[in-house]
Order: sequence, then C-alpha cells, then structure tokens
Amino acid sequence: MSRRAATALVLAAVVVVAAAPLWAAEFTITLLNYIGIYALVALGVVLLTGFGGLTSFGQAAFVGIAAYATAWLTAVEGASPWLGLLFALALTGLVAALLGAVTLRLGGHYLPLGTVAWGLAIFFLFGNFEALGRHNGIANVPPIFVGSISLEPTAAIFYLIWGVLIIATILIANLLESREGRAIRSLRGGVTMVESLGISVFRIRLMTFVIAALLAGLSGWLYAHMSRFVSPTPFDLRMGIEYLFMAILGGSGHILGAVVGAALLTLLQNALQDILPRFASNGQQLEAIVFSVIYVLVLQFARGGVMPLLLRFMPRAALPAIASAAPLPRRAMPNVGTPLLVAEGLVKRFGGLEAVSRVGFQVFAGEIVGLIGPNGAGKTTLFNLLTGAIRSDDGTISFLGEDISRAGQRRIATAGIARTFQHVRLRPRMSLIDNVLLGTYLRTRAGFLQSALRLDRTEEARARAEALHQLQRVGLAADPYNLAGNLPLGRQRLLEVARALATDPALIVLDEPAAGLSRPEKLALADLLRALRREGVTVLLVEHDVEFVMGLVDRIVVMDFGCKLAEGAPAAVRADPRVQAAYLGSVA
Amino acid sequence: MTPDIGLILGIDGIATGSIYVLVGLGLVLIFSVTRVVFVPFGDIVAFSALTLAAMQLGRMPGTVYLTATLAAVTCLVETGHHWRRGQPQRIARGVVIYGVLPLIPAAVAFLAAGTALPALAQIALAIALVVPIGPLIERIALRPLADASILLLLIVSVALTFGLSGLGLLFFGAEGFRTRPLTTEIFRFGTVIVTSQTILMVASAAVFSLLLFLFFEYTLPGRALRATSVNRIGARIVGIRPASTATLAFLLASLLGAISGILIGPTTTLYYDSGFIIGLKAFVGAIIGGLTSYPGAALGALFIGVLESFASFWNSSLKEVVVFSVLIPVLLWRSLSLGHVDEEDAEVEG
Repeated sequence: MSRRAATALVLAAVVVVAAAPLWAAEFTITLLNYIGIYALVALGVVLLTGFGGLTSFGQAAFVGIAAYATAWLTAVEGASPWLGLLFALALTGLVAALLGAVTLRLGGHYLPLGTVAWGLAIFFLFGNFEALGRHNGIANVPPIFVGSISLEPTAAIFYLIWGVLIIATILIANLLESREGRAIRSLRGGVTMVESLGISVFRIRLMTFVIAALLAGLSGWLYAHMSRFVSPTPFDLRMGIEYLFMAILGGSGHILGAVVGAALLTLLQNALQDILPRFASNGQQLEAIVFSVIYVLVLQFARGGVMPLLLRFMPRAALPAIASAAPLPRRAMPNVGTPLLVAEGLVKRFGGLEAVSRVGFQVFAGEIVGLIGPNGAGKTTLFNLLTGAIRSDDGTISFLGEDISRAGQRRIATAGIARTFQHVRLRPRMSLIDNVLLGTYLRTRAGFLQSALRLDRTEEARARAEALHQLQRVGLAADPYNLAGNLPLGRQRLLEVARALATDPALIVLDEPAAGLSRPEKLALADLLRALRREGVTVLLVEHDVEFVMGLVDRIVVMDFGCKLAEGAPAAVRADPRVQAAYLGSVA
Repeated sequence: MTPDIGLILGIDGIATGSIYVLVGLGLVLIFSVTRVVFVPFGDIVAFSALTLAAMQLGRMPGTVYLTATLAAVTCLVETGHHWRRGQPQRIARGVVIYGVLPLIPAAVAFLAAGTALPALAQIALAIALVVPIGPLIERIALRPLADASILLLLIVSVALTFGLSGLGLLFFGAEGFRTRPLTTEIFRFGTVIVTSQTILMVASAAVFSLLLFLFFEYTLPGRALRATSVNRIGARIVGIRPASTATLAFLLASLLGAISGILIGPTTTLYYDSGFIIGLKAFVGAIIGGLTSYPGAALGALFIGVLESFASFWNSSLKEVVVFSVLIPVLLWRSLSLGHVDEEDAEVEG
C-alpha cells in the first residue's frame, strides 16, 4: 500500500478511535485499551518478523520486564510513573541487547527456539523473586499523572495508549521507508548480498530486535499503570506466542497488520468467552482448540493474514515521482594505469580439492579485465575470494595498496569493490528502486532515530535520484516501483549491476552479467561497461560468453583446473594453443 | 554439598535425563526427516502416562476419544485432499489408513474398559493408544505445508501446542495422576541406594537408543529415513516418498514418546499440560547436540537431566530458570563455533 493510503487509513482510525469515549460503553473502551496495548507489541513483531524475517516467541517477556520494572519502582519504591517509564525502557532495551547479542548471530530456527527458552526462563524468574511478590505479583501500582490530570479512568488512559500506538506506528512506518528500514527489509533472504553492500546484518538485526523489545516495553509500562497490578501470568510464553499470531493473523507484511491482528484476536477471544461456555463446562479448553485451528488454517491458506484482503478494497494511491536532487558525493577514482587489485599466490581448498591453486594477477585502474575459463575452472571461487565472501587459505590480495586478504565483505565494500552474483541475489518483493537504493547504504548516513523522525529527507531524495540514475543507465527506469521479482532473469542481472553501481565503486566485479540477456541487451551492457571505463571505473568480469568478452575487454585472464593458464590481450590469448586446448580439447 | 549428595543427585539426574534422551531422540528424528521442530511432542509423553493412569484406575482413558477425534478430522482432510485432486478412488484407502487403523487400539480399550487387564497388557495398550497421535497430527496440520520453510513449520507446530493442550484438558481433565510403580526393588551399592525404577529408566533409554541405531543402520525403512534427512530431494528422486517417511518418523517418535511417558509416569504427578515443559527440556538437550545429531541430542539430554537435578537441590523454585537459561550460553557457543549464519530464507508470508 502506498504511504498516502496508509496515512488515510491511519487518520480514519484516529477519528473513530478518538471519539470512542463518546460513543462506546466503558467495557468497549477497556477492550480498546487492551487492543492498543497488544497492538504495540504486535507492531514490534511485525517489524521483527514481517519485515526483518526474525521470529520471536518471547516478546511477552519484554512486556513483563517493563511492567515489573515500573511496578517495582513506583509501587514499592514510590517513584513517579514517568521515572518508571525511563527505567522500564532502559531495562528492556538492555536485556534485549544482551539476549540479541547472544542469539541473533544464529540463523533460521535457532533464534525462535532461543526466544522460547528465555521467554520461559524470564517468566519463571518473575514468579520466584521475593522483591517482585513471587506469584502474587505487585499490587497498588499508581496511575499515571499528566500534570494534575490522573489517567486512572479507563477513558483517560485510553488516549495515552492510542496516542502512543499511533505515534509508534507512524515512526515505524517512517523508518521502514528509509535507509536503515530498507536494510531491515533486506534481511529476509540470504545475508551474503546484504553484507556485500557494506550493511552489517548483525547490527541491523540487533537494532530491529531492540526496537521491537522497546515497543513491547512501552506496552508493558502502559499495562502496569492501566491494570494497576502485575503478576507473572500475562507475560508467560503463551502470551508471547499470541503476540506472534496477532501479527501473522493481521498480516505481518504490513505495518497496520499489528492493529488489525490485535483487534481481531481480542474481539474473537471476547466473543468466544461468551459463546463457548454454552458448549462445555470449561470454555477455556475449547478456546485454545478453536484458536489452534484458526492459526493452522491461516498458516495453511492465508499466510499473508487479513491485511492483504483488506488492501484489495483500498484505492491505490499514485506513487511519488522521483525528483532530481543534488548528486551524492562520489569517491575520487584512482589514476588510470595504477595497479588497483593485486592478487598473489591465492589458494583455496575445499577438502581435498584445490579449487584455486596459486593464482596471481593484476588489475589496473581504468581497464576492463575478463576472467574466463571452462566450467569448474575455479572462476567463481576466485571471485568469492576477491570479494571477501570466502577466505583464502594462502596468498594475498591488495586493493589500492591496502591488504584485504583477510578483510570481510563489508570492509571490501567500503574499500570500493562492488559485485554482482552468478545466481542473482535480489529482494524480489522489494521494488526496483528500493533494490538499487540498498546500494547507496554506504554513501548515506541517516540513522534509525533520524529516519523515524523524517530528518533524513534531503539525503533520501539525493539517494533516490542516484538510484533512479543508475536504473536509467541499465535501461530499467521505466517502472521503478515494479517489484524486482517480476523481471525476467536477464533484467534482474542488469538490476544487480545498477545496485552495484549505486555503491559508487572503484572496481566493479561482475559474475556472468551477460547470461540470459538478449543480443541487443548484451550490446547495451557492453556500451555501459565502456562508459564506466571512460568514467574511470575499473571492471572485472567473469563470463562464459567468449564473444562478449573478446569484443569488450582490454585484457583477459584464463583459468583452467584452478590455475591461471594465460593472461594478456584478447587476440594473444585467443591464439594461445593452451587456451585452445582447454576450450576445444587438444588436437594432438 | 557432600560427595554422597552429589552422587545421589547425579544418579537422579541421569534417570530424568534418560527420559529426556528418549524424547530428544524423537525430536531429532522428526526434525531431521521432516524439518519440523515438533514442539507438542512432550504432550505425547504426558498423554501416554495419563492413559496408563486412567486404565489403572479402571477408567476409560481420554486417549480413546482424543484418537477418535483426530482420526475423524484426518479422514475429512484426507477425503477433501483426494476429492480436490479428482482421485475419489483413493479415499477408501485413506480412510482405512487414517480412520480405521488408529482406531483399532481405541476400540480394544473401549471394549476392555472396566475389565482388569494384566499390568503389561495395560502398558502395551496405553502405548498403542498414544502412538497414532503423532502421525495423525502430521497428516492434518503439517503435511499440507511439507514444503514450507523450517520457520513456518515451527510456527505451525507452536500453534498446535495450543490445540493439543486444549484437547488434553478436554479429554483428561485438570486432575493430575501418578501411575503405579513398575518395579519397587531397591539396590544398595555401598552407601548409595539405587531404585529399580532408575535402573529401568536408564536401561530403557539405552536399549531403545540401540534399537533405533540398529533400525537406521540395518533396515531399509531406516535407511530411507536417513536418506531423507541427508537430502530430501535426492531421496525423492530415488523413489522414497516424503509422505511415507514423514509418517514413519512421526510413528517412531510417538513410540519413543509413549515409552517415555510410561517410564516417567510413576516418578512424578503429571497433568494434561505437563508434557510441554518436558518436551522443551528435551529440546534444550537436543539443541545442545545441534538438533540433527542423535548422540549429540542424547548427551545434551543427559546433561539437562543432571543440571536440573543439581539446580533443584540448589533452589528448587529456580530450577526451570536454570534449565532454560542454559540454552543462552549454548546458543552463544554454537554461534561462535559455527561462525556463519544460515542462508535459509525466513519468509512467513505465502
């Protein structure tokens, strides 16, 4: 959904919700308060799971930490609830940062399993702390005061809860449309591509995790001062699981899925509590079964949740045109002819196989070098060594005089090497422009807070203009908001080239860029690479299409069975009998 | 703590750990073959103990109705599946496999209710009653998603825990039960007393682990399971049907779970929802072993058993905190030793 439609929906919600105390009964407002409190947590889950691809079953524990923190500080120590807020958020953020630092390096299913474990551990801790009232909890938590106005009445704290929720939703929506937000959205899928653009996957994951925990913390603070009582039960694992299902039910791919999911679940629970006791002596057992069935059905048949269905009825607002803006700063290109990349004696072994065997070569600034060789020659392995995706077992690589033999992908990206992938690595659900914008990450500075407060707009406009410019260069600017996954494979390769160019590289290394392109597209790509050479950008390309390479490059490096076979000008290499033998088989 | 107490705690921990070993092996079996992190697995353990307890009290075990309910739902799912694919001739076979077969032990239990069966027959019947639960759940909820990501399967499996504990409460009630001791003899080794129950638990864990090993090593279905866990697509290409390996994995795992339930029944009072925590502790053990290694899971499970035993001596109310928090250093160690992050796509949306 576009930003404008989202804004309209948010505004409509604001009006209906703001007027609630005028039209609704006390019970309805209580229900709305719970929806708001749950939606705050679910908003964090949407950010974490829907956008960041990280799953947590343990958000309820963060709600609990914050609720207990503020309850203890205000009810036991007699401090103001506003101090309680600071303490609650600080503690929640700290615990989240510690837990995140430990578990976020793990991929796949380990993180969610870890959240189950600490969700349980923290819950049991609440129930066993003498200072926290053990299983009885802490009573007499004071209400919040704004000046002299008490927020004790249901209708009063209602405004605080929904005010906080709406502001939080807007801030998160802003964040998602920014530099760091795109990085969050790029987390879903492999990490190699993200790191190759200089983005620290771990840092983005950790920040996302802490933000989600802080949202849960806010919710916990509100909960403690609304219900004026805390005990362990509302923060158990079961509740943590429910928060995740709120997000999935509402639609974890959409920011408003959180409110929708929280509302659906709360209303459904409320309705079931009225209906089910008529069928069974204890309605609770049936409730769990009904929800389980709903969850499984949703996951089987409507994984996107309710939001995609709602959005079908929403008008699609026009997407903003991308205006021209001052260009982003560019790096100083090295002088043409100076040695740019120097590889010496590179070795990479996979078990007993030496995929790259003492290979050395040089690339000079301002030239186009082709790396060719038959299948299995070790081209891609060499490529991965140069870009830091894997480490060499021996040998050195230096770039602009700096030793990068042991550097990670991010340092290499910062040094000015950009790459594309043999198996295209894009974010198919992100637009073309967003995919290219990922490339500008290292050239822009806006942080999380700045982006959430929309203080990044000048820089963002410049980045967008740059991304559009790179799309134009590869001939994909016609529909910048098209989703990358809609492009045919050949065009996806071009999109990767545009993303690499958006990093403003000194050296661009392309892994089979011409594969899957039509002949006119290949010619256009060759023209683009020549234009880059004129600008002082150095190009190293791995390619199968010998004709494409011969007509384009200044020099060729030929590999076979992991060794360098020949190096030189195209014509000389073509005449080399060893090269002919490798490609065509020996005549003798 | 004196060495004697340490020894007693250690023996106690190994006994509990043996249960976690069996449960952990079941979890690894299911995960490696179907990629499902089967969170409700512990429920099968608890249901098995509760089934035996009900029979010992001369009551009709709730499992009869539970299995009947699941079998009925599975028949509906199976019928719908074949109907939509335009293969109505397959419906009959599906109904026999998923509707009739699982109900045989239920029918026996139904007819035998009230008659005093010999103890061993009761145990065998209890196990037979519980074993179909795993494969039935797999057919209902997990097979339609067999190609989804590990993460999605995990989320579904978590959703299932809600339903299974609800069904447990519905059919077993909120009351807790402890089964009669299987043996009551006591052995003395110097100053240390070892109950025959402990020996039985440890020996069963060893025997069933060995049987599982022999099954994987020397039988064709066992090798098919191993092949599937090494490479699903490869296994498919050589004609191993993923659906049947999944059923077999769940069947075997359910068997391990049911046996664990019989063994743990006399040692502690179990409720309809006790299985959740048992399952999760076995999980922590299995994760220590990396979730795919059987010996690793067994060692991890024993470690958790011993840790729990010592933690409950130190502070019985905080033992759960200790057991579950130990996962965090374990994850830290794994993340440092792995050094790389999974490339798997973490998509939730379809």
